[in-house]
Amino acid sequence: MIDQIMQTLFGRLTPQDFVHDPIMAGAGIAMVGALILAIAAVTFFKKWKWLWQNWITSLDPKKIGIMYIIVSIIMLLRGFGDALLLRAQQVVNDANGVEILSSDHFQQIFSAHGSIMIFFVAMGLVFGVFNLILPQQLGSRDVAFPFLNSVSFWLFFAGMIIINMPLVVGEFSNAGWLAYPPLSGLQYNPGTGVDYWIWSLQIAGIGSLLSGINFFVTILKMRAPGMGLMKMPIFAWSALGSTALIMFAFPILTVTLALLSLDRLIDTNFFTTTLGGSAMLYINLIWAWGHPEVYILVLPAFGIFSEVVATFSGKKLFGYTSMVLAIIAITILSFTVWLHHFFTMGAGADVNTFFGIMTMIIAIPTGVKVFNWIFTMYRGRVRFTTPMLWFMGFIVTFTIGGLTGVMMSVPAADFQFHNSLFLVAHFHNMIVGGVLFGVFAAFTYWFPKFTGFMLNERLGKMAFWSWLVGFILAFGPLYILGFMGAIRRMDHYDPSLGWQGLFIVAGVGILFMGLGVLFQLAQVAYSIWKRKEHAVGPDPWNARTLEWATATPPAEYVFATIPTVTTRDAFWQMKKDHKTNDRPEHYEDIWLPKNRSEGFIVGMAALVFGAAVVWHIWWLLIVSLLIVIVVLVVALTRDDTEKRIPAEEIAREELRRATV
Amino acid sequence: MSHHSPIVDISRQKAEQETLQRKSIGFWIYLMTDCVLFATLFAVFAVLRPGTAGGPSGADIFDLPFVLVETMVLLVSSFTVGLGLLAARYGYKRQAIAWLVVTFLLGITFLVMEISEFRHLIAEGDGWQRSAFLSSYFTLVATHGLHIAVGLLWMLVVIIRLIRFNFKHTDLGRLSLLSLFWHFLDVIWIFIFSIVYLMGSLS
Ligand code: HEM
Ligand SMILES: [Cu+2]
Repeated sequence: MIDQIMQTLFGRLTPQDFVHDPIMAGAGIAMVGALILAIAAVTFFKKWKWLWQNWITSLDPKKIGIMYIIVSIIMLLRGFGDALLLRAQQVVNDANGVEILSSDHFQQIFSAHGSIMIFFVAMGLVFGVFNLILPQQLGSRDVAFPFLNSVSFWLFFAGMIIINMPLVVGEFSNAGWLAYPPLSGLQYNPGTGVDYWIWSLQIAGIGSLLSGINFFVTILKMRAPGMGLMKMPIFAWSALGSTALIMFAFPILTVTLALLSLDRLIDTNFFTTTLGGSAMLYINLIWAWGHPEVYILVLPAFGIFSEVVATFSGKKLFGYTSMVLAIIAITILSFTVWLHHFFTMGAGADVNTFFGIMTMIIAIPTGVKVFNWIFTMYRGRVRFTTPMLWFMGFIVTFTIGGLTGVMMSVPAADFQFHNSLFLVAHFHNMIVGGVLFGVFAAFTYWFPKFTGFMLNERLGKMAFWSWLVGFILAFGPLYILGFMGAIRRMDHYDPSLGWQGLFIVAGVGILFMGLGVLFQLAQVAYSIWKRKEHAVGPDPWNARTLEWATATPPAEYVFATIPTVTTRDAFWQMKKDHKTNDRPEHYEDIWLPKNRSEGFIVGMAALVFGAAVVWHIWWLLIVSLLIVIVVLVVALTRDDTEKRIPAEEIAREELRRATV
Repeated sequence: MSHHSPIVDISRQKAEQETLQRKSIGFWIYLMTDCVLFATLFAVFAVLRPGTAGGPSGADIFDLPFVLVETMVLLVSSFTVGLGLLAARYGYKRQAIAWLVVTFLLGITFLVMEISEFRHLIAEGDGWQRSAFLSSYFTLVATHGLHIAVGLLWMLVVIIRLIRFNFKHTDLGRLSLLSLFWHFLDVIWIFIFSIVYLMGSLS
């Protein structure tokens, strides 16, 4: 009787689920402790109202972008901690009976590392940069659907909490970042781990899909007058490609995760090994999303670098049209290569050949871009600032990653490379050297835009060099180890193989990267502390695109009057025409979205929903679903959603900013 | 805000027009992503259709005349929602409400028929657990049914707002999106009918 009541109330949750081994418990306690501390601090400084009004309910993309970036940085630290543990285990290799991680724990950690890094670091950073930069670069005040934007962010946030919940209660998935069945099926994984993984990604993924639609429409419909598509900055083009990919790829992920979840919840047989199911179907589906996903991440990085290299070479971007064509080609082709992730599955020589050749072809537009960037620098007056250094580092590491990628695109060769550390090195070249370096460049480049002061260049350069050296040391040896036969996801190896030396080098590499992270944290802290000395005007880098035409930090309404665009590099043209200080004779009222709490409520209800599915607490599931539905109906039928900023107030504010 | 000059009001109206237009484009794009979602489910169905695991195949379980009636109900409802939108455009509030109520009832009928079909299959021991074929069949058709349910909820909200408030142009915008959604679900159902039921019964 009591048992039954408990089960109705708590599903499969028992006190036992809160018991963890020391490392995880430590991380969990640290996390919860930090949260309690944060809550206490907010309460103590009486900041709840401020937090609620200025951040949680804000629909301002500048605020939402900053929240994305803060969450992603915290997750980067967590993912980095995971990587440290993985490497430590491989370096020590159980020598003298010292076992840092049990093999089950090792599996949980590489799964957590991969999933968190992709979904809650790389994706979060990309959306953060979209929110901060895109509207302003297009000469717009806002995104197309401000409320949807808030919903997207809070779904992302909910997914982030769910993926971290196993630190406190339950276990993390041990099935890798893509959770192939049958390992991720009920038979081999009856616990909560895979469910956490599914629902974290499902909820965050729906947020990403909505964001994709939002930014796609923003780019199509919100450009300043005169800015034809071929006058858009390349970053906007790359975002257009990336969001188009999101729109076509993320529904596939939604379905795939839903089917896996049905297999686990109500005994369907999509991916089971009995009753007609097909695990190979799952692998096809997940990569039909997964390959476009890597381009969703890397295209914006390409866009960032295109802006950075043009600005710091003091020239317009070389080969604009070919850049656009390359982005379009990559967008389309990235749906034709997914099978290269499983050449070994046995699709046959014809099919493998087709996908191998398509993979080689997609390298061509990427190569075009690399040459365009280099030609932009050629005969330019290059300034080696921190963003430019990240660009140079990117060119080197990304090209290495691209070359090793082409090596693996030869099916016959891939039978050797598949699932080896060679592959791990390859994709970190793309994703750390490409995406992460790209976002680091963006961070240092656009930081003064939003704060009014620069990041300290000396510390920035030290961070860059630590990262670059660390990166080469950490992933270079993995290519060699891969050739020697070391497979990925390997928690120990026979010492007689003689691999330990290379693993130690790789471990030292991670320490250097850690040093880079410390320098970056120090850079931010120091720059904030000395912000008076680092203060700058609205155009610190002598930049070319519209986002630099506004005040720094920008006003809530960003543009007092929407500019009219006549050429590419619109801000550069304004400077040439000496029009940057022009003031209109009179201002007009501006309408901006009012704050909305519904996005936050939907996100929190989705969080509860996720937890309820994972723990099979059905009443809670129904309650949270009802909350989502009711709140959405209320939100979507509201009419009075905008507030007016009167023209007089704008005139006053602009005058104040001009005289400061 | 009574002190607005007429010029400001015109630019305000233009902005609202643009918002509506953006919403309509955004909704079209959402429908496209929904197409991808259904396409994926169709692909899954096509791959798993042979996976009957010794259980029934489509030809064994589908009741074509019944499904044909279902199809007709949905087709007619697509017509009536169009009439409702038309009436609303001309400002005939009562007619609009009447047509929407008819559409709503037809939608409910469709859902009830679908559920009874499912219940029948489950009672025969041919539930989704039986085989991969049945898993993919149930999931594809039920996903469409779920969309219909969402559409019905939406319709209910529109009807209530129509009764309680007078028609605003934002409501008209919402109603035209709803009717678009409903037609879209009709098209998806045509695919389900042809690919799942017709082709399934033939083989
Ligand atoms: C910051 C420095 C990073 C380090 C030191 C690092 C290190 C590692 C290590 C040691 C592994 C396990 C390799 C194995 O299977 O033996 C791994 C796997 C992985 N990493 Fe990273 N990583 C880093 C950044 C990233 C980033 C930024 C991403 C993505 C945005 C990423 C995505 C992945 C993925 C997807 C896996 C595969 C997980 C799996 O096998 O399921 N990593 N990484
Ligand atoms: Cu790929």
